[in-house]
Amino acid sequence: MEQFFDIIYYLVPYMIASAVPLALVALGALFSERSGVVNIALEGIMLMGAFVGALVMKQLEVSTMSTQWIAVVGLGVGAVIGLVFSLLHAFAAINMKANQIISATALNMFAPAFAIFINRRYSENHTQRVLLQRSYRISEVPILSDIPIIGDLFFKGAYVSTLIGIVIFIVATIILYKTKWGLRLRSCGESPQAADSLGINIYKIRYAGVMVSGALAGMGGVIFVLSFATAFNATVSGFGFLALAVLIFGNWKPGRIVLAALFFAFMRIISNSTAVVPFLDNLNWPSEIYSMLPYLATLIVLAFVSKNSAAPRAAGEPYDAGKR
Amino acid sequence: MTKIIDYLKTNKVGASLSLVLFLLIFIMPKTAGDNATLLKVYQLSIFILGFVYLFYKIITFKKSNPNFKATESQTLVNAGGSIIAIIVGLLFGLLLMLIVNPGQAFPGFLTIIVGGFDSFKSIGNMIYLSTPIILTGLAVAFAFRTGLFNIGATGQLTMGAFIAVYIGVKWGAVGEISPFLHWGLAILFAAIVGGIWGAIPGLLKAYRNVNEVVSAIMLNYVAMFLNTLLITSFIYNSDYARAMDIKNSAATPTLNLDFLFPGSSINAGIIVAVIVVIILHVILNKTTFGYELKAVGFNRDAAKYAGMNSRRNIVISMIISGAVAGLAGGLMFLVQGKYLQPINTLLPEGFTGIAISLLGLSSPFGVLLAGLFYGSLQQGGYYLQLYDFNSDIIDIIIAVIIYASALGLFLQKFVIKGFKFRENRQNSKKLPEAVEGSDQ
Repeated sequence: MEQFFDIIYYLVPYMIASAVPLALVALGALFSERSGVVNIALEGIMLMGAFVGALVMKQLEVSTMSTQWIAVVGLGVGAVIGLVFSLLHAFAAINMKANQIISATALNMFAPAFAIFINRRYSENHTQRVLLQRSYRISEVPILSDIPIIGDLFFKGAYVSTLIGIVIFIVATIILYKTKWGLRLRSCGESPQAADSLGINIYKIRYAGVMVSGALAGMGGVIFVLSFATAFNATVSGFGFLALAVLIFGNWKPGRIVLAALFFAFMRIISNSTAVVPFLDNLNWPSEIYSMLPYLATLIVLAFVSKNSAAPRAAGEPYDAGKR
Repeated sequence: MTKIIDYLKTNKVGASLSLVLFLLIFIMPKTAGDNATLLKVYQLSIFILGFVYLFYKIITFKKSNPNFKATESQTLVNAGGSIIAIIVGLLFGLLLMLIVNPGQAFPGFLTIIVGGFDSFKSIGNMIYLSTPIILTGLAVAFAFRTGLFNIGATGQLTMGAFIAVYIGVKWGAVGEISPFLHWGLAILFAAIVGGIWGAIPGLLKAYRNVNEVVSAIMLNYVAMFLNTLLITSFIYNSDYARAMDIKNSAATPTLNLDFLFPGSSINAGIIVAVIVVIILHVILNKTTFGYELKAVGFNRDAAKYAGMNSRRNIVISMIISGAVAGLAGGLMFLVQGKYLQPINTLLPEGFTGIAISLLGLSSPFGVLLAGLFYGSLQQGGYYLQLYDFNSDIIDIIIAVIIYASALGLFLQKFVIKGFKFRENRQNSKKLPEAVEGSDQ
């Protein structure tokens, strides 16, 4: 039994650390899709945010700034870069009425190439890595980590990014579901013509939706670097696409997105650490099976619930005012 | 068959030219042996013949369509859009190079533009590099023409590549009977497995109404992990952490092409690609079957009311698309010295295929040209390392080109303006005569 708790104490912090960027980026995608723009450029936007965020943090590490403040600045920079980068997608999708999959694919191709090109050129040893020196893990949160069980699970070995991520997730969800603006945004993804007839500016709302998704994705990229990598290596390991799967698996609803993110994060952790869990160790499955499971599960869910899926009806269609 | 013979009878110039080209490409270079000048003569005559035929075609076209207006031809306007997108991408590359290293920007930029066309060895390598890209481009383009977006070419390519390498490694016994059979079986199975992998999003779309983009993205990752799993369990070379070497009999034959392009890695893959181009062109433009596929793509419901089986057509489109992508994977890795690796990264060729399909306006011949252009860029990027740049700038340029071509409608407006300007200028030269007799 004690061994069981040891495993839980070992797995849960990692699981939360994985789940937060997934849930946050998926929530970003939710904003974008609810406003009517499909954003599969999340991978590229995350990468861009992670790249610039890591660069800035690396510069700050030399200064005397406290470690956690550097992390906060990094998150902010990631969000701003993500927002700016996503404007390209917004411009193509909203103003130019371009095919949203294509312009997003372009962004996904651009980001890694750009990061590698710039990094090889300007980093001192001409590699594509941005190596961070400090550890951003918080070993103790005063008072909170002394709470039995909860303290051990959530506050020992946490990251400031995780806590910020959770707060932002809650705030964003409230904005989307409890404010007038959130209602307007959701109406644009369901029936933009009806929303337009009531005087809502579709273009503005859609821009806002894409920009929120860009900011959250950029921040998610920095969280990715902080929590698992301690170095930016011109990749976010498919987290952007995984977040898309989380969104679908979560049926476009924030509460379910959290559950989906936890499930995906659990699978990811398990695939990396089968040896720790005796039960799985005995099964002796290759780790690829666990890596594959989230994607397979999403496919199966898609196959069985697509009839009553809550996908926004107008997502992916350019707005055409004449089509009432 | 009779149709083909009829076509050849009406197009005598084309038929005789293809025969001459066939001799020049596949037979004559081998006979040249060590005679370098003779080889040069053959190489140059291929180019000259190609250009002469192109001019002949343009002139006959102008004669038979005297009232042809560039603005009214959707193909020309679209092609103009692609060319503007390419120019925008290249200029962005130049700008980036100027910012990074002004001194070497222009020689470097020239290298990119010259690309694969600086020697016959480079042309050979360019063709070799572009083969898988042309095929993935065709896969995406075919699906696109039938109203489907196959973003899963990467997964289909990976699965095809695995089965081809597996057969290449394990079925040596077949290779002893006939090397061609061994290779043929390997790419056949690559196409079949790619087709099966492509059928999954097709089936999900047709019967469960699942968006094919999303399911294909999921399948890409499943294929990636499955590939790692399969390599490590069946054909793992643990000394080098990669798949085992394929048997020589399974390597793609060169069909004497290495004589025409001495020193390059060219192989018969390009022939397969060209055959696929022709087959897809015929299916899409000359058959009822292709017409139905396109009709379902335009409007699924209308096609259904017209009595077409829209579900079946969606699945068949995806199977064909997946098979072509699988073929690309097979040809890519049935080469000595190229290894599948269990490294859990998506192969980029599938995504490049999307770009190529767009640039080629989703028409098979356009994709062929766009794929060769990409091969040339890649070859240019390879030489770019001589200057102080790394080759990732090619990917940046390609990304900008796709982004620019995504703004297609916007660019086409410029093209139409450009054509109109030219027409007006031509008209204004003629104008004085026309005005003289009129009331004004």
